Amino acid sequence: MSVEIRNLSHIYSKGSPFEFQALNNINVTIEDGSFIGIIGHTGSGKSTLIQHLNGLLTPTSGTVLVDGEDIFNKKKSEMIQLRHHIGLVFQYPEHQLFEETVQKDVAFGPKNQGLSEEEVNNRVRQSIKMVGLNYDEVKDKSPFELSGGQMRRIAIAGVLAMEPSVLILDEPTAGLDPRGREEILAQIKLLHTQKKMTVILVSHSMEDIGRLVEKILVMNAGEVVFYDSPNRVFTEIETLESIGLAVPEVTYLMKRLKIKYPEIREDIFTVEAAKDEILKVIRG
Amino acid sequence: MLKDVTIGQFYPTGSVIHKLDPRTKILFTTAYIVMLFCINNLWGYLATFLVLVIVTLISKIPVGYIIRGIKGLVLIILLTVTLNLFMTPGNVVAALGPFNITLEGLKTATFMALRLIFLIVGTSIMTLTTSPLDLTDGMEWCMRFIPFVRRYAHELSMMMSIALRFIPTLMEETDRIMKAQKARGANFETGNIISRAKNLIPILIPLFISAFRRADELATAMEARCYRGGQNRTRMKQLVFENRDRVSFVLMFMMIGGLILTTMIKIPLIFPI
Repeated sequence: MSVEIRNLSHIYSKGSPFEFQALNNINVTIEDGSFIGIIGHTGSGKSTLIQHLNGLLTPTSGTVLVDGEDIFNKKKSEMIQLRHHIGLVFQYPEHQLFEETVQKDVAFGPKNQGLSEEEVNNRVRQSIKMVGLNYDEVKDKSPFELSGGQMRRIAIAGVLAMEPSVLILDEPTAGLDPRGREEILAQIKLLHTQKKMTVILVSHSMEDIGRLVEKILVMNAGEVVFYDSPNRVFTEIETLESIGLAVPEVTYLMKRLKIKYPEIREDIFTVEAAKDEILKVIRG
Repeated sequence: MLKDVTIGQFYPTGSVIHKLDPRTKILFTTAYIVMLFCINNLWGYLATFLVLVIVTLISKIPVGYIIRGIKGLVLIILLTVTLNLFMTPGNVVAALGPFNITLEGLKTATFMALRLIFLIVGTSIMTLTTSPLDLTDGMEWCMRFIPFVRRYAHELSMMMSIALRFIPTLMEETDRIMKAQKARGANFETGNIISRAKNLIPILIPLFISAFRRADELATAMEARCYRGGQNRTRMKQLVFENRDRVSFVLMFMMIGGLILTTMIKIPLIFPI
């Protein structure tokens, strides 16, 4: 599914002294099957933006087109249908768990879709496996006796079980240990390559973003600063730093190396690529 | 949806009423409420209305914002008016099938409606102009003059400020959880009342869990700072009566006197009795 954001603006608490413009005239097109990263300082409007993509927030002006159709022109029942196709994983999704068993909690989404019991069970089994947990081990446990990392995975599985065509994740790895992060990000990458899912990842980690995504959307104070490939975005170090962001550590390293080796490339943001480039220059 | 609740909300404008000592505002409001139930004719209500208009103008709060507070209670007001209108015995002025409207009923209904509206508006001006923390500070001071309650004044006001502090937090949390469940296809907007009530479970359980977690964390944090109740506890912000508070007290006594005077007016306004 392609998602087009057209002249989107959002003002919170309009007409009260707490009025706040969170988004200001956003225009972005997200192509079908792409992997997009959204970065921005706290309060730059990232979370507000993604909540418009499945109609949880209604814009003050402008609109969102999914597959060419204006989603804010839809009826309530159609809007609920839309949410089956655009999966949104909120920040700290483990706070939304509520059922007695893991199996029932993950089944909440697919059940709302009105699927048959057999299909629901299939999907629950699959999605729990997808997030790297053992289905038979956890299915009858209460979600509240799991560890924090496991709860996070179950909550993500709850959205994956709906088999959305667009998956939006708001900082899915915040507060996880390095291993948990790696595993979850690897799963998301796999979903993108194997199932051709369109993925939108909000993150504060430049390393993760640089490594995974095809295009980066940089936001500041409710406006789009850049929407381009990591190569291009990460060369704008000054602009990024001026809005409270940074580039991956390894890019800083390459920049310093450039002083000594003028022939080295600067537009590098993964450790692997840096290794290749350094070896090439040294042996070169 | 939840953002439309205006009762108990603070609306900062920096007016002189906002700057008044919370104790002054509490006492003023108490006197106002007592007077509201003492006045017995429309002259009195007219005078009260004037007081409200003046206070609202000084507070610089948009009138629309205050009226929004009444909206939530329209049902209760309507119910009181209807019951009084039809249930009061006396001289019948109009008959609607088996129901009779009496002159006395008409009068009590009007008085009740005015009393309720003035009560809501008056108290909401107090909460709109006083930050919740100031309000509980003021209440703590006032409770010191009530026997029995005195001993627990600090604890009670501490509980009140914590409760008030967490209302917006819990509302935000509710909003967040609701959205998260909507994103998983939950439907809160259609269906009959039973299925709607059932649909609340995915919101209430995570909400309770998070409320308990927050309470637990807050208790630990307070203990880590050696909090142990009211005894010998000093305040960072002392409440001090200023000149503007003294002026308000003079105005308060003028209001009380003026309203008592209205009860003596014998010339009827609209109602002949």
